Amino acid sequence: MASENATALRKQRAGRGGLIALAILASVITIFPFLWMVTSSFKTRATVNDGKLIPTDFTFSNFEYIFSGSDFGRYLLNSFFVSVVITVVALFFHSMCAYALARLRFPGREKIFTMVFATLLITAPVVLIPLFMVVRELGLLNSYGGLIIPAIFNAFGIFLLRQFYLGFPRELEEAAIVDGCNHWRVYWSIVLPMSRPVLSALAIFFFLANWNAFVWPLVVTTDPDLQVIQTALAQFATQTTSNYNYILAGTMIAAIPMIAIFFTFQRQIVDSVKTSGLK
Amino acid sequence: MTSVAAPDRTGKTEAATPAKPVKQGMSRKHREWLAAALFILPDGLGLLLFVGIPMVLSVVLSLFQVSGFGTYEWVGLANYERMFQDPMFWESMRLTGIYVVVLVPVLFCVSLGLGLLMKQKLPGTSFYRTALFLPYMISLAVVGLLWKFMLDEQLGVVNKSLRGLGMEGEPWLGKPELALFTLIAIMVWVMMGYYMIIFLAGLQDIPKEYYDAARIDGAGPWAQFRSITWPLLRPTSFFVLIMSTVAALTGGLDLIFTMTKGGPANGTSLIIYYIYTQAFGFGEYGYASAMGTFLVLIMVLLAGVIFKVTKSGRFDDGQ
Repeated sequence: MASENATALRKQRAGRGGLIALAILASVITIFPFLWMVTSSFKTRATVNDGKLIPTDFTFSNFEYIFSGSDFGRYLLNSFFVSVVITVVALFFHSMCAYALARLRFPGREKIFTMVFATLLITAPVVLIPLFMVVRELGLLNSYGGLIIPAIFNAFGIFLLRQFYLGFPRELEEAAIVDGCNHWRVYWSIVLPMSRPVLSALAIFFFLANWNAFVWPLVVTTDPDLQVIQTALAQFATQTTSNYNYILAGTMIAAIPMIAIFFTFQRQIVDSVKTSGLK
Repeated sequence: MTSVAAPDRTGKTEAATPAKPVKQGMSRKHREWLAAALFILPDGLGLLLFVGIPMVLSVVLSLFQVSGFGTYEWVGLANYERMFQDPMFWESMRLTGIYVVVLVPVLFCVSLGLGLLMKQKLPGTSFYRTALFLPYMISLAVVGLLWKFMLDEQLGVVNKSLRGLGMEGEPWLGKPELALFTLIAIMVWVMMGYYMIIFLAGLQDIPKEYYDAARIDGAGPWAQFRSITWPLLRPTSFFVLIMSTVAALTGGLDLIFTMTKGGPANGTSLIIYYIYTQAFGFGEYGYASAMGTFLVLIMVLLAGVIFKVTKSGRFDDGQ
């Protein structure tokens, strides 16, 4: 009996060892390409394809080149500006809309919510062409407005915020209303401060999605001064063909903000992925 | 607006006595309606203009021939007829079919496997989770360029390593059939961390007592998985299937752009890429809209099938 238990234990331990090995292997497969990108971006034109992880001629010249020979500083600023404006305005509008849909009583509320919810099913690439037409009619092609305004509106944020506001204690607003606050004051000085955690989680997501956006900026801008980092990078790669030392420096520049955000806000990001999934 | 606050306060004090007060100016109810309308207005207008109208317009546009900049000509169903006779459309649909049918199940299994692995509380779990989620944070443009660099037939690190191990390198992006599967593999690599977290959340919602009870009854890991995990995970599975199917059908443009541009020999010209090139490469907005509308139809059908198969993500015993 005792020896039987020991074998079972040994088996279990071997099983766990196998699982750990599997987890390590999977992690290496996901991390290695990024490691390769980081070290290769410090290699020279001659050594970028040498197949070694550690650069033999360590150089910063690739980064110097993409900022001086190409306009990567401007592209970074464009991406930053566009993503920040979209995030701030979207959170403001979405929280207002979600608050009304969750807490105020008015006729047609459920109908409006259903309509908002239905737009969740319409994915951006499918309406890309008509959206382009609408934006062209509005005269917003090749402008910051064209990059920013259409990207503000998406039902995902409204939906999540509404879920959050549904759980608010009713007494809070009742008391404020009784005290003579109007709905705007209730929203501005009670609801908004209390939603700081959910808003910051959403802010990370919006910033991430817009920083990484590619298709819409590609469609709406042709002006070189309006390129965001992702589209600029793709064009830069087409022009420099096989000069991978430069291309990888560009990918580094485009990826670093996201990697930094990920390592800073990892907990919030993982938690909000969990809740965005189902609840 | 603060000026109307005063009557509200009197309204309250009067309400203490049973008699209903007569409100001055706008009643509280109507003020709530007005506030709601104003709160919803910005997002409502924006969604209408940039989501609702384009959706309708997409169907309308498919009935027009759009030439040059801004001349529209009614052509009825001609765009759809052209679509059904266009061999490139069918070829794109065939490739998209292979892409979806391979990508969605592989992604599902890999993510579920990783989710189960992360649930084992192995030493270093938070490190694995971080590592596995990392690719999802990075733009597909960066991912595409990075993999293109590593998969270069002659100089890439992947083939160099394979040759170092005595195997032969493959033209990962050089052969049409292989290039499609290369894209699928990269897509799995990008998305698996995200769905892993979703599965993990679903797994953690299953009460531990069920497993304890099953273990006492002598159920092995496989029996536990089949009779507890699998059925109770159905809502999560449903969500993952829907999301990944839609993503597979309409996403990945960035990856195709940076890695293959639809090639080689149109081997990676998925329908979404074909639609894009017809619209923005050749200005065939009407024709592209017809294909886009067709794609939406396919998505609705697939969503219906997934609803059926997963019983709308509900458990067997209802709820």
